[in-house]
Amino acid sequence: MAFKHKHLLGIQDLTASEITTILDTAESFYEISTREVKKVPTLRGKTIINLFFEPSTRTRSSFELAAKRLSADIVNFNSNASSTSKGETFKDTILNLEAMNPDAIIIRHPCAGATHYAATFSRSNIINAGDGAHEHPTQALLDAFTIRQQKKNFKDLKIIIVGDILHSRVARSNIFLLGKMGARVTLVGPPPLLPREFEKFGVNLDFNLDRAIEGADIVMMLRIQLERQAKNFFPSIREYRNIYALTAKRFRRAKKNAIIMHPGPINRGVELSADIADSAKSVILKQVENGIAVRMAVFYLLLGGKDREAFD
Amino acid sequence: MKLLIKNGRVVDPSSGLDKTIDVLIDKGKIAAIKPNIRASGAKIIDASRLVVAPGFIDMHVHLREPGQEEKETLSTGALAAARGGFTSIACMPNTEPVNDNRGVTEYILSEAKKNAVVNIFPVASITRRQLGEELTDMADLNDAGAVAFSDDGFPVQNAQVMRRALEYSKILSTIIIDHCEDKNLSAEGVMHEGYHSYLFGLKGIPSSSEEVMVSRDIILAQRADSPVHIAHLSTKGATELVRDAKRKKVKITAEVTPHHLFLTDSSLENYDTSYKVNPPLRSKEDAQALIRAVKDGIIDAIATDHAPHTVDDKSVEFDKAPFGINGLETAVSLCLDRLVNAKVISLHKFIKMISFNPALILGLENKGRIQVGADADLTLLNLRQEIVVDINTFKSKGRNNPFHGWKLKGAPQMTIVGGKVVYSSSPSRSSQ
Repeated sequence: MAFKHKHLLGIQDLTASEITTILDTAESFYEISTREVKKVPTLRGKTIINLFFEPSTRTRSSFELAAKRLSADIVNFNSNASSTSKGETFKDTILNLEAMNPDAIIIRHPCAGATHYAATFSRSNIINAGDGAHEHPTQALLDAFTIRQQKKNFKDLKIIIVGDILHSRVARSNIFLLGKMGARVTLVGPPPLLPREFEKFGVNLDFNLDRAIEGADIVMMLRIQLERQAKNFFPSIREYRNIYALTAKRFRRAKKNAIIMHPGPINRGVELSADIADSAKSVILKQVENGIAVRMAVFYLLLGGKDREAFD
Repeated sequence: MKLLIKNGRVVDPSSGLDKTIDVLIDKGKIAAIKPNIRASGAKIIDASRLVVAPGFIDMHVHLREPGQEEKETLSTGALAAARGGFTSIACMPNTEPVNDNRGVTEYILSEAKKNAVVNIFPVASITRRQLGEELTDMADLNDAGAVAFSDDGFPVQNAQVMRRALEYSKILSTIIIDHCEDKNLSAEGVMHEGYHSYLFGLKGIPSSSEEVMVSRDIILAQRADSPVHIAHLSTKGATELVRDAKRKKVKITAEVTPHHLFLTDSSLENYDTSYKVNPPLRSKEDAQALIRAVKDGIIDAIATDHAPHTVDDKSVEFDKAPFGINGLETAVSLCLDRLVNAKVISLHKFIKMISFNPALILGLENKGRIQVGADADLTLLNLRQEIVVDINTFKSKGRNNPFHGWKLKGAPQMTIVGGKVVYSSSPSRSSQ
């Protein structure tokens, strides 16, 4: 089917049916990664650039493997190793890479809107792999894929997202996606990291994790960045952990079949106690696995794999 | 050389004059304001269907010279001002070096005299190198020609320093202008903090960063019994503070920019850096409150905060772009269209806010009025002319203006400084 977007910049730009299309497409790619020969020729001859201005292992590798399993050629550029450190502007970096005629450029950047800016002058398909505190669409999509895998559908699921909401692109993309898919979302965190304007996104806010977790189907924990305490968003990691860490005891208040999600990397013993991180209720590693299928789907839909039979 | 402006609708807020009448200019001064003036040898300007206003004064611009001539110079800034209908502009001290000593003030004035087509009035810094610590030699700077003092983009954070500046300035014929921003609250913010900053994932500058400082300045100015002028008011809360202070007879005045009146934070959805400005474009509610404050007379002046940047400066990620909107060449048309032609305020009131009041605040005695003996600085307006903003036609070196493409009704037609025509959109109007 035709996917009308040239770029994947954010969940905000997608409709519920487009999200479903991506998830359905990912479904059909999921199995490839379980084969003996994990490769199909779907995107043979396509060139993809993985341009990362922030450190990342999981996301960058996931994109890279997804591209390789579709037989695309993919090149990694890291900002500290590239000419950005020599003073080249972001725009010039993109234009120089474009001179090499890639088909798609995956961009992760610490500045919100950097990928949107790139899309204003770039010929390539731009895929947002995280722009500042704005969006991380493929993470939300792989989270959605995982939720659908576990819970079948989104309607009326009670989902709580816990942690540093203010600075989280994962939270934003998930808020937009889960809202479009009909889930009920509650955001939980200390007030300085949970401004009340977030209510306008159609979610509930709660400063009290013990109350919010009551009856939850999905508990999505966010990484708490350790340096935030220096800016007084909360007094100390110790105090944060006491109030907002997910422990086995707290998790018992959620639904019996509730699951635990986390976009990674986790801070063991900070937002998640070790017993919880490794529990059978955790689908954190499933999320990582599903990331490949979802990113394969995104490549396929954007780069127009002509022939479905090539991999069916 | 005499100049005779015939049949214009002369509007002068200082005297309340509003009628079709002639104005004769001789030796750079207004020589007569009468019907049917005949003056042999005078160059005649046909101002029929035009408004003849006292020359517009922009009390808040950045001209970048000395130090950042790639962004703007006194010469190009003055050309932009003339095209925008301004006959006088007051330039902020954040140059390189900072205008914190007589040498820089004199340099600006002497370069302006040589190269600028409009009057340029330097604003000196309150503190040395705008560091917020030690006061500049304010009397010496005032004597050299500084008309006001401000640390503008690097506002004085230490309340004791601001208190001393307000107290000390009482011995001078000058005023303190404050860009009200608590730098701890604004931190690394790049846009107004609120729903849209959370939506776009950009760091916010809360309204409180402005309001805390406006409150502080009101308290200090009241205690010192010294005048203070609040630059580019941007929040609803700040307009309420100024309203209360005026009621209590605090010597406070305030300005607003066209962009804070006519744009809001939702415009940043495409991360277009031409909308990045400090104070940031606020919410719709704030913009509405500012317009109400203009109507109510709480805001005294319209100023542009003209802040030119090169295209390269702004062709970067939103977080990395410098703050600033290039405003000199769009302010008058925006206000004529959105305020005057939209009947939000009268033409008389608009001219008061953009000419008479700034002259009063800056103590420019012979400006901002059309009276015999006053400086022959005049702005001629065509209220019906329709224009489309095109940044590529700017006289300014900067192109960072978010109003590109806007269709506006009303435009400056001719700008006269000291009896000399420095800008005319239709040269055919004058004859011998």
